Amino acid sequence: MSLAFDDYGRPYIILREQGSKKRMKGLEAYKSNILAAKAIANTLSSSLGPKGMDKMLVSPDGDVSVTNDGATIVEKMEIQHPTAKLLVELSQSQDAEIGDGTTGVVVLAGKLLEQALTLLDKGIHPLKISDGFDRACDVAIKHLETISEEIDIQANEHEALIQAACTALGSKVVSKRKRELGKIAVTAVLDVADLNRKDVNLDLIKIQTKTGGSVEDTRLISGILIDKDMSHPQMVKEVNDAKICLLTCPFEPPKPKTKHNINISSAEDYKKLYQQEQQYFVDMVKLVKDSGANIALCQWGFDDEANHLLLQNNLPAVRWVSGTDVELIAMATGARIIPRFQEITPEKLGKAGSVKEVQFGTSNERMLVIENCQCTKAVTILIRGGSQMIVDEAKRSIHDAICVIRNLIKDNRIVYGGGSAELACAIQVLQYADEVSSVEQYAIRSFADALEGIPSCLADNCGLNPITSVAQAKARQLQENNHRIGIDCMELGTTDMKEQRIYETLSSKKQQIQLATQVVKMILKIDDVIAPDDY
Amino acid sequence: MDIVGNVLPQVLKDEATEDKGEMARLQSFVGAIAVADLVKTTLGPKGMDKILKPTGPGQEMTHITVTNDGATILKSMYVENPAAKILIEISKTQDEEVGDGTTTVAVLAGELLREGEKLIQKRIHPQQVIAGWRIARDVALKRLRDISTENDIESQEFHNDLLKIARTTLSSKLITTDRDYFADLCVKAVLRLKGSSNLDYIQIIKIPGGTIRDSYLDDGFILKKQITIGCKRRIENAKILVANTAMDYDKIKIYGTKVKVNSMDKVAEIEAAEKEKMKHKVDKILQYQPTVFVNRQLIYNYPEQLLADSGITVIEHADFEGMERVAAATGAEILSTFDAPERKDQILGFCELIEEIMIGEEKMVKFSGCKKNEACTIVLRGSSIHILDEVDRSIHDVLCVLITTVKNRRVVWGGGNSEMQMAAACDEEAKRVQGKQALAIEAYARALRQLPTIICDNGGYDSAELVQNFKVELEKGNLSYGLNMNDGSIGDMKELGVKECMRVKEQALLAASEAAELIMRVDDIVKCAPRKRERA
Repeated sequence: MSLAFDDYGRPYIILREQGSKKRMKGLEAYKSNILAAKAIANTLSSSLGPKGMDKMLVSPDGDVSVTNDGATIVEKMEIQHPTAKLLVELSQSQDAEIGDGTTGVVVLAGKLLEQALTLLDKGIHPLKISDGFDRACDVAIKHLETISEEIDIQANEHEALIQAACTALGSKVVSKRKRELGKIAVTAVLDVADLNRKDVNLDLIKIQTKTGGSVEDTRLISGILIDKDMSHPQMVKEVNDAKICLLTCPFEPPKPKTKHNINISSAEDYKKLYQQEQQYFVDMVKLVKDSGANIALCQWGFDDEANHLLLQNNLPAVRWVSGTDVELIAMATGARIIPRFQEITPEKLGKAGSVKEVQFGTSNERMLVIENCQCTKAVTILIRGGSQMIVDEAKRSIHDAICVIRNLIKDNRIVYGGGSAELACAIQVLQYADEVSSVEQYAIRSFADALEGIPSCLADNCGLNPITSVAQAKARQLQENNHRIGIDCMELGTTDMKEQRIYETLSSKKQQIQLATQVVKMILKIDDVIAPDDY
Repeated sequence: MDIVGNVLPQVLKDEATEDKGEMARLQSFVGAIAVADLVKTTLGPKGMDKILKPTGPGQEMTHITVTNDGATILKSMYVENPAAKILIEISKTQDEEVGDGTTTVAVLAGELLREGEKLIQKRIHPQQVIAGWRIARDVALKRLRDISTENDIESQEFHNDLLKIARTTLSSKLITTDRDYFADLCVKAVLRLKGSSNLDYIQIIKIPGGTIRDSYLDDGFILKKQITIGCKRRIENAKILVANTAMDYDKIKIYGTKVKVNSMDKVAEIEAAEKEKMKHKVDKILQYQPTVFVNRQLIYNYPEQLLADSGITVIEHADFEGMERVAAATGAEILSTFDAPERKDQILGFCELIEEIMIGEEKMVKFSGCKKNEACTIVLRGSSIHILDEVDRSIHDVLCVLITTVKNRRVVWGGGNSEMQMAAACDEEAKRVQGKQALAIEAYARALRQLPTIICDNGGYDSAELVQNFKVELEKGNLSYGLNMNDGSIGDMKELGVKECMRVKEQALLAASEAAELIMRVDDIVKCAPRKRERA
């Protein structure tokens, strides 16, 4: 189509090198885009819900990972289709903003696109569809807020938080231990949370993995675990009442940043220089020792001689501690990070109950645990499991749970899960549709259908009949005016999600619907795709 | 990217594939079961070995490995199938965590999946199967813990247990004929550690020549290094200084130094100063009054000569591990600076005798009668390097199991006893559970029972009959019965003295269940396009 003819019938080219480019226009472009995006959503839809299945992903280098986390799946699929990539970003932005619900958001977008496709077939203009979706989205969000409930996160030993964490963990491979892991996550978040500001700095929760044992052996360490051992094999392995000196300068003679040369021109100079070098080490260790520190953690390496002097002075030390760990330790122990030996003073030392080396399994791997820190502002979750894949998946799951808890601390409003919130919104949107007199009415109605797609997908994954169970749930919501009726995924005998205690955060649900609608609107606006041929 | 009708646009990259549902499941079952079948024949005292031949160009091509160790086999295999990779992964973890049972874990996971496949064919949802497995695993684990016994670490029974465990572990290895000998050897080595779990202190030296029987445990410590020429070859009541310091060209570590002189005399002067500095260092070392000096780094001729002149025996270029072991054995401190001779009593290590010995063709240094007796050396002899490698792996397995037992102290009867008991527990539980999950619990029991079955099969015995008789014996209340693989009958393990470490079984059970569950949950396999390799 990119060929045009001038007045004399000669063709001229509008698009340069059009032979080497591919181009799609109009309805063809819409449909191609929608189909590609739907393909992704279809892949993810079987991962939704507590009975959802996992995906096995093989990386270009042949590494295997098994996961249930939407964001991870789409990231590792290495998608190349441009529109499908939008869904990848959608899932990732949900991950970045909320941390949970990454599968749900893609599935919802898929359902919306499915509806859009039938509307396009009816001949409705894409912009009308997107307008309608937009209005429906507003209605749904408003309704979500009215049905949301505030929960008391403090009550009953944070029971509500644990339940919410369990909901998030319920769909993962670790679901067997969801309550234990949920509790670990809640304790971890509460330990580091600033309840006055309602904020949680997730950097303070370190998640360390170690294969071996089983998922049950996962535990919370109210301190910091670092994957390092003492710099000299003969240093003491345990320090009680540790006074920690955190250094970011190496135990080596200083290296000035300006380029310089020291010229040795005589034997005296040589000797003097040697003495000076020796003095450096002695001074360094003395400065640390004099401050009263009984353990030194350093971001850099040690010279052999310095290392031995440390041992001789009974000063255990750790080298090559990573930058993030140094910061964490500083926060947890109240230590100040000291960039120069001259600046070591007793008040800058951090305090911890104990620092000790622990060993795992038969392979000779040791880690350092810093416990009972002065200000327990940092915690570590040590994840164990039978293989690397399980440990990795457990790490992702715990991350999700932690995010949910953080969101609840920020905003303690919840909606009920099990597809009940979507159903309630669908009913509301459907009512609204009838009040709209323009073409958008159809789009709004379709939006409601798409929302119903979520509970139907849930039911499908659990082996229930999707149409019957959604119809029943919807009818009961209307009859009993109870927005908490959803899909009984776990076959517990009740469809009231309040009784099943399936909590989801309002912020996550809101974000899901908004983000999905936005992406769908964006896809609907594309009417021309130009790509290089060999892409 | 033309769209004709309902053809989907290409979403993934070229060469990437996606398999869904049945296809995906089929792939992972086939892969995992194939791997399990591969190592299955190595299980048990009558298991067979495998030859591993490396692929690719170069010298290594010719170096084959003969082994019976599951982890070694699986580690060296190159597989494409992702589910098979998971099995290999758990076997590796088992190796790291407890050191033995690496075949068992892969076989158990494979058998679980084989049962799982049957259930899926009966149209039972994978999640239901998993739910059942989870119940079964807990029941089995509880039974395993219940039947295990514990003895006091100091008691003679515990010592006997260790011997029995070592014998059981060795019975499936190449050196099964000499298992009593090696069991004793390994137990002694482990007991020397006095509860510490640091395997580093047990050194294994392999020297081709002689027969396997010529292997021995040296209560001293052997360093695979030579004493420098010109020093005494035998030192009694040695005081040892262990150091990690530059004894070659000891450069000044201040950044940016550069020698710049304007005459030859100055060069000579600086050279002299350098020499003097080295001499100074040697003098400082001499202040400690050692009789032996072990250094990690090279020692140049000049300082070596100075030290030898003072009657000190010098061992240079000891590797890092060797040095740590020398330090641990003799109670020395590893020095890098030499300014505190007044602490020499703490710093110097001590041993009664240091001598150069010959094992086979090789010269080594032996430290005997050390101050701290933690470190020891197992010297392995054998007719070929392949045998030595395999013996080394077997000994490593045994040492790991023993150390795990010392830590955990709980033991169970061997000969398939624990598996059968766990299976029985699952069967009992299955009677009480309502719903489809019960089928999965029964399947779990069958998978557990498969382990003794395979052991029988590998021995060429009638497995069906033996396992059934075994089941009956347990039902009768003979709870210590098990498979007697010497004559293919059911016997009392108490009399045969076949014991196993509970922790190894526990870890195998946990890891295999987790892996099977992980594979079972998959309903979609996405393979990314393989990374293009640049041809060198």
